[in-house]
Amino acid sequence: MTIELTPQNVYDVAPADLVQEDRVAGRVYTDPAIFELEMVKIFESTWIWVAHDSELPKPGSFKSTFVGRHPVIVSRDRKGVVHTLVNRCRHRGASVCEKRTGEANGFTCPYHAWSYGLDGKLRGIPYPDGYEGVMSKEGMGLKKLRTESYGGMIFATLADDIEPLEDFLGDVKTWIDRFMKQGGGYPIKVLGTHQFRFKGNWKIQLENTTDGYHFPIVHRSWMASVDAETADMMSFMTDPEAVTHDLGNGHSVGQMVPEHSDLDDDDGTEPLQARFAPLVERLRGHGLDDAAIRKLVRSMHGTGFNLNLFPNVSLSSAFFRTLRPISVDETVIEHVAIGPDGPPEIVDEVNRERLRVHEHFQGPFGFGTPDDAEGWDRVQRGAAGAPELPIMVNRGLAREKPSPEGWATSHITDETGMRAAYAHWKQMMSDD
Amino acid sequence: MTDTLTPAPARSAVAIDDPRVRRAIELVWHEADLLDRKEYDAWQALYADDAIYVIPIERDAEDFDDILNMVYDDQRMRAMRVTRMTEGHAIAAVDAAVTVRTVSRFVVTGVEDSVVSLRAAQVLVAFKRGTHDLWAGDVDYRIRLGADRAEDRFVRKVVRLVDADAATPAAGFLL
Ligand code: FES
Ligand SMILES: [Fe+2]
Repeated sequence: MTIELTPQNVYDVAPADLVQEDRVAGRVYTDPAIFELEMVKIFESTWIWVAHDSELPKPGSFKSTFVGRHPVIVSRDRKGVVHTLVNRCRHRGASVCEKRTGEANGFTCPYHAWSYGLDGKLRGIPYPDGYEGVMSKEGMGLKKLRTESYGGMIFATLADDIEPLEDFLGDVKTWIDRFMKQGGGYPIKVLGTHQFRFKGNWKIQLENTTDGYHFPIVHRSWMASVDAETADMMSFMTDPEAVTHDLGNGHSVGQMVPEHSDLDDDDGTEPLQARFAPLVERLRGHGLDDAAIRKLVRSMHGTGFNLNLFPNVSLSSAFFRTLRPISVDETVIEHVAIGPDGPPEIVDEVNRERLRVHEHFQGPFGFGTPDDAEGWDRVQRGAAGAPELPIMVNRGLAREKPSPEGWATSHITDETGMRAAYAHWKQMMSDD
Repeated sequence: MTDTLTPAPARSAVAIDDPRVRRAIELVWHEADLLDRKEYDAWQALYADDAIYVIPIERDAEDFDDILNMVYDDQRMRAMRVTRMTEGHAIAAVDAAVTVRTVSRFVVTGVEDSVVSLRAAQVLVAFKRGTHDLWAGDVDYRIRLGADRAEDRFVRKVVRLVDADAATPAAGFLL
């Protein structure tokens, strides 16, 4: 059933009815009540990305982050098992860890010194006699979230009854496998993280990673600053092979550079960018053959696609992009730089270049991100006007066709990925 | 909290009114003025060809090659950045915040021949669409003095934000 929205009824319609196949009411960006509902029905009810395996390199490694608005610690215990623990002391609620990353034997609350193991179990209470006959340590550990991982991507959920992670990812798994090939024969590791915030709703960012349409407009200044080969690689606007697939469960993938979708496919004809010639020479000096060098250098800008996972992470060309909703109109974004993890004499050279490529576009002073953020800010500001007017996500609806795999597919500049995300949002936000 | 006070660091042997130091500070203030006025072409000319301009994420980093930074610009990147800021295609630069910065609390960290090193505090207020954002940090400068004041050049500037490793806004201007 389609409801025609008017200035009179737009605030009465149930949240799920604000999303239609080809349009979304602007109220989904601006209504604090909808935001509160999203925190429960989405961020506490599905798999949320929390870390990459390499961020927890050894037993005792931890990272603090968030699942929705819940502060959590992701830790690796002595046996190598990864736990996601709510960062809240079971005594009177203090946070037990305020470091972003590090190594620890466990977590001791600074307030009254209850201490917890890496697996969250309550280990010690000072002056325990007051608790005799009142409470046992059993069951008073840090609250633990279900934690599962695929391809090095670690996810957690507050929902005990949902499907296993691998079922939630479904067809996404193939694309995660492909994405990780940018290690050029080595595993992937996190090199560093940019963080910035913008004054807008989290879904504006969720849309952006699957928005090929904005690229040549918003990123004109970045395009002008890169070499011809890089600019050419990004000329997907008119490439009919550049498509977006709806992968189900709100996930989608946009193939901007289809010839880099599977980095193992290389017929050797594509020239390497001249800018990397000195690197090629140095790698050759370390004894690498041409095939190994091509693998590393062709991956310099990552894989040729953006994989957008509902609701909070994307695997975007050469980095991970995560979003954290703060309030209805504030969101924190992280851009996580990644690169190959191998012998330092080889990967350090490659990663130095990858860091510079990342700094060039990403980060609060990059040549790309501030322009994106300006666009997102404006969506939030503009969406406050005439709330009955829809946000249009209809581009390419008439040319959407199933791929051989059965994925709804249209051109990279179309809004198939956004429709996929909103259809899933609608399903999660409905009452039943 | 603690009853042992760390002794204050020794005062710099070189006084702030040393003529070399004064020239260096004047260059810093000139740069601040150009940046607040968004005169990026003139700003770029204050940098030596071999200069680097860095805004790190790790506050105490010294070697920036192998870590992620917010900005790590050599001459090539600086030139591209100035193009980006001035050509009119970058929507964040076209609609950049109005900024006012104060650079003060200078400490002379070294004077050798014609090179002056300084540390300073910078507080920048950026105003855009009803919101003031605060960008505070320590700045390290290395300045090469030329034959006269017009030839003084920055060879290194490192801006260590107080919130370097936290989420900042995305910026359409330079620090
Ligand atoms: S609040 Fe943590 S020990 Fe009391
Ligand atoms: Fe963008």
